[in-house]
Amino acid sequence: MDLTALTLANIREALTRRQVSAVELVGAHLARIDQRDTDLRAYLTLSPDRALEQARRIDALIAAGEPLPSLAGVPVAIKDAIITRGVRTTAGSRILQNYIPPYDATVVERLESAGACLLGKTNCDEFAMGSSTENSGYFATRNPHDLTRVPGGSSGGSAAAVAAGLATVALGSDTGGSIRQPAGLCGTVGMMGTYGRVSRFGLVAFASSLDHIGPLGRSVRDVAAVLRVIAGHDPCDSTSVSQPVPDYEAMLDGPVTGFKVGVADEYFNGLSPAIGDSIQKGIDLLAKLGCQITPISLPHTDYAIACYYIIATAEASSNLARYDGVRYGFRASGYDGLAEMYRKTRDGGFGPEVKRRIMLGTHVLSSGYYDAYYLKAQKVRTLITRDFQEAFDDVDVILTPTSPIPAFKLGERLEDPLEMYLADIYTVTADLAGIPGISVPCGKTRVEGEPRLPVGMQILARHFDEARLLQLAYAFEQAGGSEV
Amino acid sequence: MALTEKDVRYVADLAHLDLTEAEVERFLPQLDSILNYVQKLNELDTREIEPMAQVSAGEAPPSLREDESRSSFAPDVALANAPGPGPGFFKVPRVIERE
Repeated sequence: MDLTALTLANIREALTRRQVSAVELVGAHLARIDQRDTDLRAYLTLSPDRALEQARRIDALIAAGEPLPSLAGVPVAIKDAIITRGVRTTAGSRILQNYIPPYDATVVERLESAGACLLGKTNCDEFAMGSSTENSGYFATRNPHDLTRVPGGSSGGSAAAVAAGLATVALGSDTGGSIRQPAGLCGTVGMMGTYGRVSRFGLVAFASSLDHIGPLGRSVRDVAAVLRVIAGHDPCDSTSVSQPVPDYEAMLDGPVTGFKVGVADEYFNGLSPAIGDSIQKGIDLLAKLGCQITPISLPHTDYAIACYYIIATAEASSNLARYDGVRYGFRASGYDGLAEMYRKTRDGGFGPEVKRRIMLGTHVLSSGYYDAYYLKAQKVRTLITRDFQEAFDDVDVILTPTSPIPAFKLGERLEDPLEMYLADIYTVTADLAGIPGISVPCGKTRVEGEPRLPVGMQILARHFDEARLLQLAYAFEQAGGSEV
Repeated sequence: MALTEKDVRYVADLAHLDLTEAEVERFLPQLDSILNYVQKLNELDTREIEPMAQVSAGEAPPSLREDESRSSFAPDVALANAPGPGPGFFKVPRVIERE
């Protein structure tokens, strides 16, 4: 039994049958990380003591014949934008190089209460700003399917870890696509719930009205199980909602015949055939399963990137104002007075992409420009949200490619920041509208002379309709969707 | 409405960023290109549209908790990551001039 290729159900069975202990399971993952992570570079910080301590606790419960919590013994990886008490957390930035949080994010508390074993913190683009993990202040993570290519971003470390068996499941964060896109590029499942479904308490904030935390895993069932554990109201996050959390896993098996699946032209224009072919096969498979494929229009799609990069950068400029060298993190030396301390600290601690976004955000909020940019973008956000509301009058879910391009080569898209931004086109809309979205594996590219690279298919649903989303994703997966 | 070096320095100032010459030169065309791109939003007539500050806008406002004090971090925990800790406070350069 390859302990690093198990599902949550496999783990539960193996533990309860005493075929393996939780300590062995964690040990197998730590060993594999030791072997493969020098090449992959998915992890920034490992927490073996914490993982093994938890594993011993689980083994004691098993020995005593006690009932096990839902994620007992499961090795998890946490994106380094999510804080963990006593375990260094950097958010991928040098400005937090030595930061040791004094508390856990709510999602981390919930995972550990459910018995999960925290293996470590995964690499990400600095402050979650990026789509390739190349903006990490530390190093770039590689795609397990081709080590010369990016894993996507900003949750590239989490996606790579899950894809390569360096964790069973992982947490990532998504502001413009940062869970779904790397999941797509690495051939894993990645999901973002409705805004407010999962607490953001303990997520290093990038853009507060767009940030989400969500799970990545190798199967829809595993992602559904983790979502159930982390979702739910949190008094520490005033944007978290009181909607009850359904048992997503129990609802996976529902029939999908008759589901109206919307396909919008705007998401298929200019798509590379490498991606388009796989997605078309995915659509055909859903039709075979009895879904009604329905053409819809989302007319403001073309404005989503402009809208997103105004709102996200504006909110980021505000959220990153706290990094000033006063209470935590890096503080520059050789300054003369407080103002210079702030400036030298921020200039020394932030990478170029972060600086660019802070400046953009500051500019669009500044006096004389606020109405033209920020207020305008907020109005366009309303239009984009309305597009979805109107579409969901006619269809149950919407299907799109996750990314217009497969995993690209490291360094290939660093010249022009705008070019990198434009690749977020299929994912930013869901963050703007606050609707849930999932990316599931949908075959691999078939390009002569090129390696076969994972293609992600995205499914979007109405607010709080995660159960339906997961049902469709599960049916697709079970019908062989990842091999189309 | 092309961005100038003066604009970049002004914004950097507002954001408390100390940019080098090389950084200003590098960022100027990049920021200009992005700002140019976002002008696209002007193609849309949004005069009658309400702005959306966040997703839950329009729903019931979040409930607030009672204003009761609760336990928080001990001072030594709060100061543990401080680059310049003093006994029970954060040390920073002086801002008030002495006579």
